[in-house]
Amino acid sequence: MDIWNIFDTEWVPIGGWVETALQWVVTHFRFIFQAIKVPFDIVLTGLEDGLTQAPDLLILLLIVLVAWQAGGRRLGLISLACMTGIGLMGAWEESMTTLSIVLTCVVFCSLIGIPLGVVAAKNDRFWMVLQPVLDLMQTIPSFVYLVPIVMLFSIGNVSGVIVTFIYALPPVVRLTNLGIRQVREDMVEAARAFGASNRQTLFKVELPLAMPTIMAGVNQTIMMALSMVVVSSMISVTGLGQMVLRGIGRLDMGLATVGGLGIVFLAIVIDRTSQSFGISARERGHRKWYETGPAGAVRALIKKD
Amino acid sequence: MSEAQIECRDLWKVYGRRSDEAMRAVLSEGLSKEEVRDRFNCVLGVRDASFSVKKGEIFCIMGLSGSGKSTLVRHVNRLIEPTAGEIHVAGQRVDTMNEAGLRQLRAKTIGMVFQHMALWPHRTLGDNVGFGLEVRGVSANQRREASVRALEAMDLGGWIDHYPDQLSGGMQQRVGLARALAADPEILLMDEPFSALDPLIRRQLQDQFLNLSAQMDKTTLFITHDLDEAIRMGDHIAIMNDGEIVQIGTPEEIVTNPKDGYVAEFVKGISRVALVRAETIMDRLDGREVTAKQVGLGAELGDIIEHFMEDQSPVTVMSPDGPPVGQITIKAALTALRG
Repeated sequence: MDIWNIFDTEWVPIGGWVETALQWVVTHFRFIFQAIKVPFDIVLTGLEDGLTQAPDLLILLLIVLVAWQAGGRRLGLISLACMTGIGLMGAWEESMTTLSIVLTCVVFCSLIGIPLGVVAAKNDRFWMVLQPVLDLMQTIPSFVYLVPIVMLFSIGNVSGVIVTFIYALPPVVRLTNLGIRQVREDMVEAARAFGASNRQTLFKVELPLAMPTIMAGVNQTIMMALSMVVVSSMISVTGLGQMVLRGIGRLDMGLATVGGLGIVFLAIVIDRTSQSFGISARERGHRKWYETGPAGAVRALIKKD
Repeated sequence: MSEAQIECRDLWKVYGRRSDEAMRAVLSEGLSKEEVRDRFNCVLGVRDASFSVKKGEIFCIMGLSGSGKSTLVRHVNRLIEPTAGEIHVAGQRVDTMNEAGLRQLRAKTIGMVFQHMALWPHRTLGDNVGFGLEVRGVSANQRREASVRALEAMDLGGWIDHYPDQLSGGMQQRVGLARALAADPEILLMDEPFSALDPLIRRQLQDQFLNLSAQMDKTTLFITHDLDEAIRMGDHIAIMNDGEIVQIGTPEEIVTNPKDGYVAEFVKGISRVALVRAETIMDRLDGREVTAKQVGLGAELGDIIEHFMEDQSPVTVMSPDGPPVGQITIKAALTALRG
């Protein structure tokens, strides 16, 4: 053995170990991972069926109304322009698939991330353990866990949602934790001083006051989910990402551009709309949501009669 | 005991992981604050505090920031757990109370007002004021009624559907008071309620509170770092320093007879004109001549000084039932004025 070139030999065959471990998990516990897929599958299929099978114009109208309600007339018009652009480019079907994947991911990230963040804010030790896990989820290049995900969950849109979920979960946990911790201490103390239980304090005082920060987390999660669209198309997730990937593969610049533009337009609509949800009632001048936007317009009409 | 609405006995609060150990060492060895910090890495928040507040009285706790006055008052509704000692509130023992009983006590018996108002910005004034009733499960209609009543008592009747950030600071603190009064509690805890307000508004609110307090017969524990305010508001004053109660007494006792240098330092700049009474500064008459200038036992120093405007002969002090009991020379009056 050449002592000067000891690193020619692989002393720690970590790759082999991981492979063996993964094989073992796959052969013995695959059913668990298949079971985990079920809730993701149900939500994704529901959303996707709804978005793709309904008439295009109805969905367009719905998206514009939601954007108008959340962010005012200007955002409504921007959304109208963006979504019409996607439709005219011929990427409507694909963008609906991508939208349903992103929305499914947001549903699960919020469902799991917000409670995790609340517990983390209440328990310093838990937060100390959770922090490195979140760091890991965000820093590991997503390509690395594509392979084990495929082996455990197989390929397809549901696996795509799970990959995206892992990547996009941290911000909502972090910002929920931050938001709850940032609630002024005397606000919480006042709630306790008037006889509120921990649960009441959380739901009546802490969560509402932390909501703008939590919504900023949800917004970040959405943006990260969108940024995973192209990567996840490598495990045969359909939608706009696949258009880009196919375009790259075939050096079809046109197809890649359409896919890319579609992602940008979709991102604008989702980002602005979700950001608008995070603006608190205080900053809107204490008007209730139903007093503005399309709902407000309808209300005004009804009141006039 | 029967008359005391709030009573704390030998109350201690030691902060830190080794608080019990530190507590024992303090009791057996009489450690100082610094020694406790160095040896146990613990902080002494409240040191052996005992006081009692009678029904209907305003009891001021005065001290500089860090003196432990806020910590002490938070023991009364146990927002802070005592390390040792007994707390009795309205005939109930608070330091051993369970969680459910404690929530009842906080919602029904004790109202609290905070220095920085601590109104919840996402709730209307009505929902802020009705919070204590809401967490007790009182119906929305009754809550609204109580909120309206409490806000009207604070001259804020028309603001019920507005939000705190639409109000000025003085108005916000009146909402804070309304919130504390909404459940009609027997006891009010006020943690520097007027410190964050500008002087004019502070004065108005002090007067408004004094009027209200006289009408409603609430027992009030009032925290302040301002001795003038303590003297204006308090029937009794407790002066705190470094977690210890240094002296408890009526405003007059504190001002005329400070127990140590620390209290004396505080009392220095306080005007005695409206505080010191004839009884405190007079000499026994002991057969001296009764002059034409006569005042009662309770006459204030300001009135006594009036009598020396024309000539400097002594003033005679008369007892309520007639006979003269003492006299005050101009020298005694001026000495009392100087402090």
